[in-house]
Amino acid sequence: MIVRFGALGYLGAILVAPVSLIFWRAFEHGPHPFWAAISNATAVHALKLTLEITAISVPLNTGFGILCAVAIVRHRLPGMGFVNALVDLPLALSPVVVGLALYLLYGRGGWFGDLPFRVLFALPAMVLATIFVSLPFVVREVVPVLREIGTQQEEAAATLGASALTTFRRITLPAIRWAVAYGVVLTTARSLGEFGAVSIVSGGIAGRTQTLTQYVQASYENFDQTGAYAASVLLAMLAIATLLLITVVKRGDRSS
Amino acid sequence: MAIEARNVTKRFGDFLALDDVSISVESGSLTGLLGPSGSGKSTLLRVIAGLERPDAGAVFISGKEATAIAPQKRGVGFVFQHYAPFTHMTVRDNVAFGLTIRRRPKDEIDARVNELLELVQLTGLGKRYPSQLSGGQRQRMALARALAAEPELLLLDEPFGALDARVRKELREWLLRLHDEMHVTTIFVTHDQEEALEVADNVVVMNAGRVEQVAPPRELYDEPANPFVMSFVGPVNRLGEAWVRPHDIEISHVQNGVTQEAQVERIVRLGFEVRVDLVRDDGQRLHVQLTRNEAEVLELAPGDIVYVRTRRERTFSESAGPTRPALSSAS
Repeated sequence: MIVRFGALGYLGAILVAPVSLIFWRAFEHGPHPFWAAISNATAVHALKLTLEITAISVPLNTGFGILCAVAIVRHRLPGMGFVNALVDLPLALSPVVVGLALYLLYGRGGWFGDLPFRVLFALPAMVLATIFVSLPFVVREVVPVLREIGTQQEEAAATLGASALTTFRRITLPAIRWAVAYGVVLTTARSLGEFGAVSIVSGGIAGRTQTLTQYVQASYENFDQTGAYAASVLLAMLAIATLLLITVVKRGDRSS
Repeated sequence: MAIEARNVTKRFGDFLALDDVSISVESGSLTGLLGPSGSGKSTLLRVIAGLERPDAGAVFISGKEATAIAPQKRGVGFVFQHYAPFTHMTVRDNVAFGLTIRRRPKDEIDARVNELLELVQLTGLGKRYPSQLSGGQRQRMALARALAAEPELLLLDEPFGALDARVRKELREWLLRLHDEMHVTTIFVTHDQEEALEVADNVVVMNAGRVEQVAPPRELYDEPANPFVMSFVGPVNRLGEAWVRPHDIEISHVQNGVTQEAQVERIVRLGFEVRVDLVRDDGQRLHVQLTRNEAEVLELAPGDIVYVRTRRERTFSESAGPTRPALSSAS
């Protein structure tokens, strides 16, 4: 009982109160100021840019995450322990450091400083930064599930004549689908919310390279508190929507 | 499909799972691999299926070297110890898997799956998921799935291990009937000597990665090659150099030249079988099995003094490895 109330109280104070406050402030004067704040051209562009970056980063990290998890769990190759540890690097490293590293790599005089197309202060760098910080989630969700399901179903498929690809597609992938889904939700949330790394490599020019998180910061600094709250709420709702979507889809699935 | 394993060795790290194992399995036979856990029997089965690559030695399928052939191309049906059901597929899709991936026409698949579900008595359960089946049903589903693509070789790893005693017995009889009908070469792994003796027409006894004896059940029981086989395939009394089965000890109320005196310590009645524990006057403990009729005639009670003699005993020469058993009969 005490533990339960303790846990709830802690979550309430640390998580629920601040988020609720944002919602409260955004809708304090009804839906109209909220709508006005998020429908101006700069906000819409920031939203589009954020969605665009997310739409590129999430599939790439999902594909890589699944392959990486399979490699770590199923193929005991030398060096896989190192790969396993390396995957956690983005969690250990501050996003600001990541941003700075990309800046040094792609900036003037960097190793990739003179590519024929623009990287820094443009979409490519923002995508690279986002991929970097959101890389571990799919891998971390899928690895334990792959370990748990073991190799028997895959071996059974092999003895029944299924090729490695067929086995992966028809047996492994369906078995890890919910782990992948949660990994995708976390990756999406992280990509939508990324601020530190992206703000260093994007330049943050309103209407051009400003993401939604940067829009929140810019609005706040310009004393446009309604705009800041409204954009924050939009960010929160996007993340919550992905989580809800997964939950609803999972509920409709009989075999799990 | 005849199977031969020739000088197969397999290590897992420091553990020697198979130590120069050779067996040959006749086409159409029903062979049991019997041994305690860690004896290498499952590893041998997996080597035959192509799921493990041996470190040394070779596997021949129908006379052709198959050591390097992938499991997909060996035409085997494999039933795993815990059945390995495809948990996200219905029973029907599980059974159909081997046919679906071969892109057989849908009508043909449907017909074959119906036939198999009927064969394993799961008609009507096709739309369920494996998690909604009992252990025995899951086992039969795994069998149907393995049989779907008409394998020439059926491999079963501890097929009845995780089931309760009654279901085991039913499935054993059912497997025997199935084998009689389909004549598919079958190899199954078990640690249960009764199961091996009842089901198999040839038994390979394994211990510590080696083959101890290959023989039909009756020969295995009556003429075990060494003390390990003797004690593994059935209960045994060790009397100095001699090994005696509990049912080869005769109890009598009458003394004669070859009997020894013993006192009844405990009597356990198990329906048809009656087990009597005795202590001989020289302190040797004896376990004796009697039929109910024998026990009734003797009217034994704990504390009784009786006279015992062995009807049949075996001795083995001291040297390890395959020994020439000497069969002697105490008169």
